[in-house]
Amino acid sequence: MPHASLSLAGLLSQIPLMPNPLVPNVRLDPRTNILLGSVLGLLIIAFFVGRALRRQPESTVNPAVIRTLNLRIVAWWMMFLIIIIGLLLGPVATDVLFGLVSFWALREFITMTPTRRGDHRTLFWSFIVFTPLQYVLIGLKAYAIYTIMIPVYASLFVPARIAISGDPKRFLERVAKIQAGLLICVYSLSHAPAILSLVLTESPGGLTATRWTGSNASVLFFFVLIVQLNDVFQYMWSQLLGRHVVAPQINASRTWEGLIGGALSTMLAGMVLSWATPFGLYWAGPIAGAVALAGFAGSMTMSGIKRDRGVKDYGTLVSGHAGVLDRIDSLCFAAPVFFHITRFFFSTMQ
Amino acid sequence: MNLTVPVLAAVAKLLSGATLRWHECQPDTCQRVYFANHTSHLDALVLWSSLPGEIRDLTRPVAAKDYWSQGAVRRYMAKCFNAILIDRDEIKVHQSPVDLMIREIGTTKSLIVFPEGGRNPGEDLQEFKSGLYYLSKKRPDLELVPVYIDNLNRVLPRGEFLPVPLLSCITIGPPMWLEPKENKLDFLKRARDAVRRLKDL
Repeated sequence: MPHASLSLAGLLSQIPLMPNPLVPNVRLDPRTNILLGSVLGLLIIAFFVGRALRRQPESTVNPAVIRTLNLRIVAWWMMFLIIIIGLLLGPVATDVLFGLVSFWALREFITMTPTRRGDHRTLFWSFIVFTPLQYVLIGLKAYAIYTIMIPVYASLFVPARIAISGDPKRFLERVAKIQAGLLICVYSLSHAPAILSLVLTESPGGLTATRWTGSNASVLFFFVLIVQLNDVFQYMWSQLLGRHVVAPQINASRTWEGLIGGALSTMLAGMVLSWATPFGLYWAGPIAGAVALAGFAGSMTMSGIKRDRGVKDYGTLVSGHAGVLDRIDSLCFAAPVFFHITRFFFSTMQ
Repeated sequence: MNLTVPVLAAVAKLLSGATLRWHECQPDTCQRVYFANHTSHLDALVLWSSLPGEIRDLTRPVAAKDYWSQGAVRRYMAKCFNAILIDRDEIKVHQSPVDLMIREIGTTKSLIVFPEGGRNPGEDLQEFKSGLYYLSKKRPDLELVPVYIDNLNRVLPRGEFLPVPLLSCITIGPPMWLEPKENKLDFLKRARDAVRRLKDL
């Protein structure tokens, strides 16, 4: 019946025009493009400012600060490129790229924390099985499994496997190191690409809520941007007003003034950028604030681990490496917070 | 030009996350003996892979025959990185490994040697075997370059066959020579200290 198949084809061609309630929108829509374009503009300016500052005589500006700034700018370019390439190639590519970042971060983490011979097989499992598996589960959108795979099953597997290897020395400490590495570098960070799997709505309310018309790509980019801005704001406020250091033994440059000023500035930035998200002007502020606090917690935690190991930066651990973990510590801690807020209040929660 | 060599080198570098640091020493194609601490079967492969291409083509690692001639894969890899295989069990006076090395390198090639003899299970360096001394006594023109390989023992420890892709670091130090009238023990101690000093850089 040619007539019937024609009408069926006609019907099928109609479907993409209506938003499918089960499939997230991850295209680069105008909103995302405006956001990406503005950030690209800022990065180009930052690049030239950084280069101009490097040529200044040493008496006017502190060369160490300039060096840090330029390293930061390079890291931002890398992040920007990774996200752009991921978004252009689709959610699977984004997932894979974040997976590679996790893999590298875990590499740095385990390289820094001494393990014993008996941990070798457990480490092999962590790198070759658990890290890829987490990102495969994210790609499959298996929320119920990827939220428990590492915190429950990998965390139980690690001590058991170390016990089987037969070395009891500093057992709990060695278990904790590998668990912490998996939790921070792999599990937490994997919540960033998971944002792309949400079906976003303008308010809580499950399937009956109004579908948000924007793209998940802009929400993911909003998140990464807010975390990076928060790092900058906290640093700037610390430099301007910083008097009371939070924990001098852990990190001498993190101050309460930096935290409060940074969080407030980040909330403001979140509100300014709220058009890129389903949150609306009102909720974008508190959500950005929560991300700011989580980012601060991440930086402090990673500083603590670094001080314990007596290294200043993961980058100096093996010279020549960029020190991926130095750049993504706040991102790691903020990713689950942002993901869960978005999922519980602004998605259909499948 | 064999394509597998650069591929093998790239895989080895990627897997071991190796960074190469030149400390008071420049890459050079002159005849050298790179002598390094030995903690993993990967040492020779990774150090050789990390060297710049043109130097790599001129450099031959000295490796244990009993390990690298076992099985087709290892034999093939040893052939790829142009290894000189030394029989550790049967060292004869008239066919000493040092003579073999000198013969094999001619007047153009460099060597990678591990003077500790076997892989080191502990933290500190073992005593150096005397081969390095006899080598530089017979060929005093060779530059002796100390190398410290860090963290590779965690990538592939003794007795394991699956590597864990951690990061490692290779530090190449300033060249040294056998001094006139320097005796064997003093020289070997000096060489060992040269490697150990690179550890803390």
